[in-house]
Amino acid sequence: MAQYSWPSREATTVIGKEYDRLDGMAKATGAAKYTYDVNLKNQLIAVALGCPHAHCKITKLDMTAAEKTPGVVAGYVFDHAVVGSEIQWEGELLAVVAAESEAAARAGVAAIELEFDELDVFTNDEDLDAAEKARRTGKGGGKTELLREPGDDDDEDEFVEKEIARLLKESKYVVEGYYGIDAITHCCLEPHGSTVEWKDGKLLAYLSTQNVSGTDEGFANDLGITSSEVEVRCDYIGGGFGSKFAPDYWAVAAAKISKTTGRPVKFLLMRDQELKIAGNRPSGYIKVRIGADENGVLQIWDSLHWGTAGYRGGGVSQTVMPYVVRPKNYRRLATTVATNTAQSRAWRAPNHPQACAMSQTAIDDLAAKMGADSSEVFAANLRAGNVDSQHPDAANVYLAEIARGAELIDWKANWHPHGKGKSRGSIVDGLGMALHTWGGTANNSDCRLKISPDGGVEAFCGSQDLGTGTRTVIAQVLAETFGLGIDQVRVNIGSSKYPASGASGGSTTVGGVSESHRRAGLDALEKIFELAAKELGVDAASLEAAGGQIRVKGTDKSMAWKKACTLLGMKPLEVNASYKRGDVSTLSSSGVCGVQMAHVEVDKETGVIKIKKFVAVQDQGLVINPRTCKSQIYGAMIMGIAAALYERRITDPKSGAFVNAELADYKLARLGDVGELVVELYEPESERQRGVIGNGEPPAISPKAAIANAVANALGVRVPVVPLTPKRVLDALAKA
Amino acid sequence: MTELKNKAAPKSGFNRRDFFRGSGAIAAATALQTQTADAFQNKSPQIISGETSITLNVNGKEHQVKAEPRTTLLDVLRYQLDLTGAKPVSSDGSSGASTIFVDGKPMTASTILALQAVGKEIETVESLGGDAVQKAFVKHDAQQCGFCTPGFVMAVRSFLNKKPNASEAEIRSGLNGNICRCGTYANIVEAAISVAKGGN
Repeated sequence: MAQYSWPSREATTVIGKEYDRLDGMAKATGAAKYTYDVNLKNQLIAVALGCPHAHCKITKLDMTAAEKTPGVVAGYVFDHAVVGSEIQWEGELLAVVAAESEAAARAGVAAIELEFDELDVFTNDEDLDAAEKARRTGKGGGKTELLREPGDDDDEDEFVEKEIARLLKESKYVVEGYYGIDAITHCCLEPHGSTVEWKDGKLLAYLSTQNVSGTDEGFANDLGITSSEVEVRCDYIGGGFGSKFAPDYWAVAAAKISKTTGRPVKFLLMRDQELKIAGNRPSGYIKVRIGADENGVLQIWDSLHWGTAGYRGGGVSQTVMPYVVRPKNYRRLATTVATNTAQSRAWRAPNHPQACAMSQTAIDDLAAKMGADSSEVFAANLRAGNVDSQHPDAANVYLAEIARGAELIDWKANWHPHGKGKSRGSIVDGLGMALHTWGGTANNSDCRLKISPDGGVEAFCGSQDLGTGTRTVIAQVLAETFGLGIDQVRVNIGSSKYPASGASGGSTTVGGVSESHRRAGLDALEKIFELAAKELGVDAASLEAAGGQIRVKGTDKSMAWKKACTLLGMKPLEVNASYKRGDVSTLSSSGVCGVQMAHVEVDKETGVIKIKKFVAVQDQGLVINPRTCKSQIYGAMIMGIAAALYERRITDPKSGAFVNAELADYKLARLGDVGELVVELYEPESERQRGVIGNGEPPAISPKAAIANAVANALGVRVPVVPLTPKRVLDALAKA
Repeated sequence: MTELKNKAAPKSGFNRRDFFRGSGAIAAATALQTQTADAFQNKSPQIISGETSITLNVNGKEHQVKAEPRTTLLDVLRYQLDLTGAKPVSSDGSSGASTIFVDGKPMTASTILALQAVGKEIETVESLGGDAVQKAFVKHDAQQCGFCTPGFVMAVRSFLNKKPNASEAEIRSGLNGNICRCGTYANIVEAAISVAKGGN
């Protein structure tokens, strides 16, 4: 078997180099067909009625008038919405109308007769007392780690209280803080949904999904057929961010309506429905006490956090608290809050952004109390071993990344103690930073590689490209392996009929597809080397593939790639490769660090915050395409700016209605809001040697804490809950 | 409007959404002030209802399409002409994802009724055919999922048509009508600057 490894940095010609993404022009010209864009002949357009109240019992749902509406072909009522059903969040789909046009379907929906009884609503996730009174809280678990152990005679609970009190008392600095991060939505620009048709008893589903290979089963289970009778296709997806792993009940409904009517059906959510039901990130709020020594090294962390992941409760996992900077002594407790809001979905680095925003704000407040440089307080804790990270050499990597980030943002020249900067009129500026970590173990990935006797190279893999550049990465891996140009290999992804590849979530895709395609490529190359070696009269081990040639290393003796492939005879060479999560490999790894530093300006009169400069230094092992890799990081920073300054789900306390579920009201960052962004890939040889690691999640973690800390540094006052809206800034200043 | 018999349910008043949602052809046509009818029937204002056959000039070609008063231009482009570059992201135009040119001016196809577009020159992203802005978007990787990209390409094209030598500051303040969720703004700024400087 071939040795699976990457060539050295010096020997690479394609990987590690910047390439245009392969589907770039298709996207820029509008030629790329997304699920929403697939128009099937004779298709119906389906539109759904969402529940207008956040908690109610359905007493009447009559489709008669809807079905008689001109242009309407079929009506459909969800099982969970039949009379007598209790609905627990606003926007939950109740019924569907399929019609000749979207306008006719909307008219049909408007004609549905709905009656319901209102029930008690609770959506106030920030108010723990109110949640307790409303009996909406649950146990979120917790953990206590103390270096000293209780004596045989000690009551354990009493010991913990006393020991925490002692550690706080002996600390030189104590900070008590309150911080929070509101729920936000995924807000994919292409809403969740599908365009489906049945052909000869088989379902063809164009689905907007991050999980091409795994969603055929989801359809099959719900439709009572087998996965072999379903093909899921997704060439392009308009955003997922962790919310598009399953077909969802509305895609299954599309398939059912299509079967009943005998016509293709297109069914994508309306914008407000997309925000209300198709994915949100749990909120988190925390009360914390920390104690530190004279250098700011944490001695004790004691916290209780709460928040909501929706109607079933849940919230931010306690397991990631306190985040990255973790002392030897800590107690972390969590309480869940059940609210009448749709259940959350995985959102870029589940739990981490909230944990970072709830933890590292306290570290910054400690620096403020000490009058110290916050980067030095972070560094002191890393040197003292107060670190919890998935990177095996975390402290050293963080310290190196902090040093580099500080250079890029000119930290030393711009630093001033909290609230002590010079102001220009009502404008003050400040610096803040945060650290993050993520795993990113490569996902399972199978692929099939076909080398034709005419030299053609084509790969098939049931993966997907969320906009991360999956196609381009695969092409680079194959081109590098065969010594060809990137335009000489054909990449096929986006069908569940291709060899299965894992869902794109958790930064696992680039590792998975690099594993499978590099393995398949090296296996194929071994066979071609054998044939070429015979022809050239040399040992196969002496050969290499480079520059479109199969070459004897260190000599001029070679054979063109095309000529070598003719040696295959009449039939193409087909190679299958399979990478399973956990296989030992030098091709991929997991566990990264990452540092972000923000320089902001705050207007104390208006409360408006502007990003002056925002720096990310990110490691991710070996980088295949630096350009698309950096794009991911820019994107994560920009999403982070939105969550730090603008976006939040706002619910009406009485009706539970999600009142800002349209893009005019759901504030996102716009082009002019992002300031100067600087991204640096941290890839010394020690990182490169680790192999490929995904970077979709890690850079999305730190922005909230880094920006909130910069604002605290500017003002000398903590604005506790993100997003840091102008009102919250002014409220915090008024309170100070 | 959905019949909400619950007493706490909001009363149905006339609003923009009902205007599009309802089959209220008469209301729609009246509200239009029927400039459209003027253009294609050369008559004084009149009420239109039901489906009409109209001619639209899209990307330099005349197309016979069917439209009701409530039919948006975006619907016609996407479903009848299969020009799916303009995207349905927000029906009120707040995302800019359906940006097209109408008589050379940028507008969102989701907020124009098909009847309003009669007699006007409509250009969609498909008409640009790989121009300098599109090339710059590719070179500077000004796209991730790409769903907002066609709208952004049109916005940048339009902005640079008006200000061919725009400065970075002008670019940052002049392109705030479009939303990208993946966060490609930094790359879009680079792409726009490169076109303004004459490269791609």
